[in-house]
Order: sequence, then C-alpha cells, then structure tokens
Amino acid sequence: MVKIEEYVSLVGQAVIDDLRLLGERLKGKVVQHINSTPVGGGVAEILNRMVPLLRELEVDTKWDVIKGGEQFFEVTKKFHNALHGRLEEITKRDFEIFMETSQQNIEGVDTYGDIVFIHDPQPIALIKKKASNKWLWRCHIDVSDPNLRVWEFLMDFIVRYDSAVFSAPSFSRKLPIRQFLIPPSIDPLSDKNKELPQETIDSVLRKYGIKKDKPIVMQVSRFDRLKDPVGVIDAYLQVKKYIDCQLILAGGTAEDDPEGFKVLEEVKEKAKNDSDIHILLLPQNDIEVNALQRASDIIVQKSLKEGFGLTVAEALWKGKPVVASNVGGIPLQIKHKYSGLLCHSVEGASFAIKQLLGSPAYSKKLGENGKEHIKNNFLITRHLRDYMLLFFSLYHPEDIVRLC
Amino acid sequence: MLKSIKVKEPFKFCTRLHLSELTGLRATTLGQLLAFIKEVPGSCIYHHTHRFLQQHQYLSPEPPNDFAYWVTDILGEDELGERLVSIDTIQYSTIRDLREKIASTIEDYLKNSSFAKLKFARSGEEFHFIKSVSFILPTTYIAYDLNEFVEVLKKITIDSIYFHIFEARLRLEKPTNDFAFWIENSLGDKGLADNISSFDPYTSTLEGLRNKIIQIVERRVAG
Repeated sequence: MVKIEEYVSLVGQAVIDDLRLLGERLKGKVVQHINSTPVGGGVAEILNRMVPLLRELEVDTKWDVIKGGEQFFEVTKKFHNALHGRLEEITKRDFEIFMETSQQNIEGVDTYGDIVFIHDPQPIALIKKKASNKWLWRCHIDVSDPNLRVWEFLMDFIVRYDSAVFSAPSFSRKLPIRQFLIPPSIDPLSDKNKELPQETIDSVLRKYGIKKDKPIVMQVSRFDRLKDPVGVIDAYLQVKKYIDCQLILAGGTAEDDPEGFKVLEEVKEKAKNDSDIHILLLPQNDIEVNALQRASDIIVQKSLKEGFGLTVAEALWKGKPVVASNVGGIPLQIKHKYSGLLCHSVEGASFAIKQLLGSPAYSKKLGENGKEHIKNNFLITRHLRDYMLLFFSLYHPEDIVRLC
Repeated sequence: MLKSIKVKEPFKFCTRLHLSELTGLRATTLGQLLAFIKEVPGSCIYHHTHRFLQQHQYLSPEPPNDFAYWVTDILGEDELGERLVSIDTIQYSTIRDLREKIASTIEDYLKNSSFAKLKFARSGEEFHFIKSVSFILPTTYIAYDLNEFVEVLKKITIDSIYFHIFEARLRLEKPTNDFAFWIENSLGDKGLADNISSFDPYTSTLEGLRNKIIQIVERRVAG
C-alpha cells in the first residue's frame, strides 16, 4: 500500500503538509463513499487508491457498494450510454427495474456517514434516505448532450442532493443545487504511471515484436466506437504517405462487451495489409501499457466522446507529445499548442501527427509543458485536496471560507 | 543589522486552496459574454482573471485571463483579445473595478465592430462561467525577522505565495500585498516594502515571483 509520504518526492513536502492540515480539520466526520462495484472500472480504481490515503490523512473514510442483478446493470449500462448521448431504446420496464433494485438498496444499505458520497447513477436513488446528514452526487459521465428522458428521470434525485460534482465545465447545466468542478486524476506511483527501467520497456517491445527502427504513434483505449480506433488508422495512413512510422493500438479485452469484439474485428480488417500496425490486447496489464506509452514518440487520443480521457494525463505525465480530440475533459488537460495539439477530425489528427514527427524540438517542449501541467493539476494529491475542500463546502456556503 | 531585528508581530503564513464551483451559465456570443460579465458574482470574475496563474504555472507571462483567450482563440476577435489582455490588472484594487473595465472594453469594441456581434462559438467551445471558492487556512510557518521570512519563502507552497500577493490585495481588498504590508508596518522598512510592491506580479510565474521576492529580501539582508 502506497503511503502519503511517498508523494513528497513528486509534489513537495508543502503540498503534503497542506493535505494534513485539511485532514486534521475533518476529524470527527465520517465520509461514506457508495458506488456499484468494488473492482473494475474507473470509479473503483480511483476509490481503491484514494480511500486508504484519505484514512492516512485522518479522514474517517468508509466505502460501501450497492447490490444489483444482471437486469439492473443492463439497465444502468443503457442509462450510461444514453447519458453519453448515444441512441438507446429505454423502456418503461427499464425504469421499473431500476427502481425495484434501488428500493432493495434503500432498504438494505445503511447510510450512516456524516457525508454520504454517491458515485454515478447506479446508487443515485439512495438519496431517498437523506436525513440531516450531507449528501454529494459525483457524476463521472460526459453529460454534455444527454438523452433527456434519462436525464430528467435522474434530475428528480439530483435536486435532493446538497451538491453535485462534474469532471468538466461542459457537463454542467443550471441546477438548483451547488455544483463543483473536480476533474479526476492519475496516480504517479501506480503501475500504470511509475517510472520504469529501460530494460522493462525494451522487454515489452520485444514481447510484442515491435522494433524501435521507426517512430511509434500509439493510442491506448478500449476497442469502442467512441474511441474511434478506425479513425486513428485513417489518420496514421495519411501520415504514412510522407513519414515512415508505425502505429500501436492497445486496449483491454472486451469479453463482456459484444460490440467491442465487433469493433476489434473492424480494426483488424482495416489493419490487415500493414505490418506496421500493431493491435495489442492488454488485459489489465498496467506495466505493459506504461512501457508502451514510454516507448512511443507520439500518443493519440482521437475519441469522439470522453468522460474525461485520463489516458491523455497518463501520456503527458510521461512527457509525451499528445494529439487528442477537443472533447469532454481533454481540453482541460491540453491547451492547444502549449501542452499538446487538439484536433476535430481525421485530417486534423493526421496533420498534427505530421507536425510533431517533423519537429522534435517542438514535440519535446509540448511534452515538457504537458508534464508540468499534469503535475500541477491532475495528480491524485490534487484530487485528495479537492475532495476534502468539497467536504468543507458542505458546511460553508460562502465564497471565501476561513478555516482558522 | 536589519536581519537581526525580531518583531513582536510575526508574519504568519497562510495558504489559500480553492474549489471551482460551476454556475451552469454559458455564453456563445460576445453579447452573451458581456451580459453575464455584468451579472455573475465577483467570484466568477476573479476566477476567470486569475485561474491561469495557478493552473498554468509554466505559461506565464501569458495568457492572463480566460476572457481574452476565448475571444481570441474561439471567436477570432484578435483586436478585442489584445485589448482584454492589456488590461493592467494590478491597477485595480477591487474585483468590482476590474469587472467594470472588462465590461466597458467589450462594450466599446462592440459599438464599433458590428460583425463581431454575429460570431458564435461552435458547440463544445462555449464560455462556461465558473466561480472560485477560496479556503484560507493558517500554516505552521511563522517569521519574526527577515532571515526567517526568507527561509520560509523558500519552502512554502506557491498557493501561500499566491494568497499573500494576489488574493489578499484584490479579493480581500487590502491596500497592498501582505508581505509589503508586514515589512513596512512591523519591520518599519518602507524601502524594502516599496520594492516588493512595485513590480507587476501578473507578468511572472509563481515560482518566478517566489525567486524575485527572495532575491530582493536577500539583497536587503546582505545589505
């Protein structure tokens, strides 16, 4: 288990001292996180790392998980897609299934926290149990263009919370409750982001038969249409006409996602005549993802939609020049031409990749700026600080709060 | 000799941490931007004119404020962007005055540029108004003389420097920054206080600012 002191060498002692100052002032409050799964998915990943650190900072932090059957999670997956703006057929029965399971959880889950911190839509109906304690709803989804039927259904619950939290300004809308902007973060000490010896990087390249004889362009993401892997190949092919390079598309397996398999097949079909395109299935192998990112010359994230796009932060933290779509939380991480290049199309992505491959000094500067930006704004230490400030905000409605 | 003077009223270093509060208000045209600038809370104006100092520490001396960036990069109104960039923030002692200057700059521009009114930001590139919520808390660092002061300056967070230089003056409406105030009123060294308050802090990075103040104080201590 990583200790908070281990972050001192990365962010400085004073940043950790500030966290301790905040933690001391939260003594006596119990913060109860509730989500839908203890493992798998971004929310569980971040809670697994944050909960022990919050406890070490003396914030009495608990984590509980709701129960739900297959049908319930099928419905919440549909809600998830619909909130992302995808066309989904949501039936009256879907809403009934959601409410039936929610009712069981309302009866079965003890909401004992002074602060109850609900993550995402699955446990949202627990708000019906609100007593005199404080309740937060954390939305990890891009709801900039949601299916209105689902959004309005959720709004009946959202308005009963004390505050809501979103990852990007474009996800907010006028609400009768306070809403805060807290982007997610990466953990610089995790297997996915920690420094690696060159031998590890070389051995991963050898394992996948990748030579460093030409520049490597890479995208790490699930094989999902919203990540546009086919568009990445199109952009690469346009670059390849002028600059000899290779492309890695690396992502997790898609065993529980039938559409993922279909997308993977399309990608393989598109890549079949080019031996410089490497399609890698990396089931939960964070060290390998880390090694491949570090071996790459340029990292791409050409998503059509993004909850936040933490792979961008991962790449920037490794000092890599990044080309990414101007969607979701990506513009918070990249300021165009200062800490990376933003694009809106295949042509734009291809032009940006060519620019970077042709200008190593410019690429290096963007990577350096990007790393500094991530260090200042998107590491887990900033996330811990924001959550503790959020807890204080529940007891202080004013804009200037003196915690003396 | 100044370095050995210990004062009764020590400098107590505070730090300022902040949360960004979303308002749900968004502008797609210059007209909307102007209307919101006139009516949003002062905490919004403060956020959009100071966010870059803390979030993009490597980018100084530009870009100084969100309004100028959006007008230039999203609407393509370079001339107005330049006018907004050029607003000398240090000359304004209250958020109210700063807001009026920003609003009148946009208003004057719109009077003479009818095409500017017609421009729209594309979907996803709207201007989102955000409020800055500040949390001020004391640190454990205290200085009784200039030697101690400069040693603490070397190790406190840039959030603390930010608080005493920017927030204390503009948001808490104090006549000068906290460092200069203490040096003049507790140490009685008006010359050093003037040195520290005379330069424009908006044209440095926060680390650059830290180093500049350290240099000025160390020179004074050396004597």
